[in-house]
Amino acid sequence: MNVLLDNFPAFRDGFIGTVSITAVSSLIALVLGVAVAGFRVSPVPPLRYFGTAWVTLMRNTPLTLLFLIFFFVVPEILFPGMSPFVLGSLALGFYTSSFVCEAVRSGINTVPLGQAEAARSIGMTFAQTLQLVVLPQATRTVVPPLSSIFIALTKNSAIAGAFSNAELFGWQKLMSDKGYDIVPVFIWVAIGYLIITFTISGLFRLLERRMEVAR
Amino acid sequence: MSASVLYDAPGPKAVVRNRIYAVVGSLAIVALIAVSIVRLADKGHLAPEMWDIFNYAGIRQNIADAILATLKAFGLAAVGSLVLGVLLAVGRLSDHKPVRWVATTFIELFRSLPLLITIYAIWVGFLTDYSMWALAAGLSVYNGCVQAEVLRAGINSVPKGQSEAAYAIGMSKTQVMTTVLMPQAVRSMLPTIISQLVVTLKDTSLGFIILYPELLQTARLIASNTQVNGQYPYVSTIAVIGTIYIAMCLLLSALATWIEKRGRRAKTGIKVAPGVQTASIPTVDALPGVDAGGAGGAGGTDGGAGGAGGTGN
Repeated sequence: MNVLLDNFPAFRDGFIGTVSITAVSSLIALVLGVAVAGFRVSPVPPLRYFGTAWVTLMRNTPLTLLFLIFFFVVPEILFPGMSPFVLGSLALGFYTSSFVCEAVRSGINTVPLGQAEAARSIGMTFAQTLQLVVLPQATRTVVPPLSSIFIALTKNSAIAGAFSNAELFGWQKLMSDKGYDIVPVFIWVAIGYLIITFTISGLFRLLERRMEVAR
Repeated sequence: MSASVLYDAPGPKAVVRNRIYAVVGSLAIVALIAVSIVRLADKGHLAPEMWDIFNYAGIRQNIADAILATLKAFGLAAVGSLVLGVLLAVGRLSDHKPVRWVATTFIELFRSLPLLITIYAIWVGFLTDYSMWALAAGLSVYNGCVQAEVLRAGINSVPKGQSEAAYAIGMSKTQVMTTVLMPQAVRSMLPTIISQLVVTLKDTSLGFIILYPELLQTARLIASNTQVNGQYPYVSTIAVIGTIYIAMCLLLSALATWIEKRGRRAKTGIKVAPGVQTASIPTVDALPGVDAGGAGGAGGTDGGAGGAGGTGN
């Protein structure tokens, strides 16, 4: 098992890379996903269409294709020379936002009808209804699916490694290029990912327990 | 709760306000698209010569071959994952402890690892010269685990009376599984199974990374080997290939939706689950009734708010 000890700094960098790209892109996905979910239930038709188009398109695009778009097309539109980390987390964040959007939307659907009706009858606007009444209650049902979405995001972040990001898959590639036996390398990378995914599901379980309410 | 519950029927003021939002929103979206197009045109990516390359027979042939290669990998992976899925599902429900234990470990391990890691390890470790088989094997292992969980959920959702009745008329364990439980499980889970096949199709794009000449790899090859006006036609190739990809995925998704609707129409048999497409390299946990327990969490822990993102397909 020399692979790990001999190359520990690279492995550590890879691990930190995976964690940071996961963290940044989850944040992007969360913000964007909630915003698009808001669009999808809003009273303004063009925004609704935009939300639907966004979700359909993102969910039916292979992530690798999205990465290609972000690495070859987006720098041409914005400005050349963006860092792979930024591009990678944007691609991952955009892709995952569609799944977050669907989770939030179905969470909104589980809030009892009376809640929104009551909010409306005391004169709240759409934004107020959503912000003060519906979304806080939807959070509770959205948390469990979000946990699996973020775990999937962690696993998807491996693709960023193939696009010149320093992370665990990059380490695996590097080690196999250096001629190490693939099996121990695979095991160590697997352990690295398992640590991250277990942490995420642990955190979410904690969150779930804190938000639990006796009904 | 339909969207309309969230807001009142708009009065005259609200109608005006909504119209303003609509105009501003559409303008913002149109402006974004326009800026992108202008920027791309500025750099010469939209020049006619860039798109002219698709008139060459050679490049068309390349694309046709690539579609075929993608479909071949997808076909192999689909068959492989379904076969493996059935075996693992039956294994996990087996009465023999060691079999159950092996199947559970296998499923939980490979389901919680990134697919790319598995594919790459198989490619480098065992099938270096056969990238298609490496891709198909990796996809089969990963998606087989997911399909196994889907089938297990399906089998568990068959009413208990069914298997009790089958045992009562003297069927053996194998007969009960193959003639009573499995057909009903497959029928009820068909939309989800097909949604997972869509994910499999999307994931064939990972062949890009192990240099299997599927659509994306071909796109990269075309773009990096042709030079037009001193530039590489990445934008036009990605646009063309991307459209093909998305069209294929949408077609398969449409099939899933159609089957789901059709299944819902029929009143006989057990309830058909809604098609669930989870985040690409997905976990089945969003399935209603999947017992995610024992997953140790790595695969996700849903179950409760099942069917999240179910209906949007």
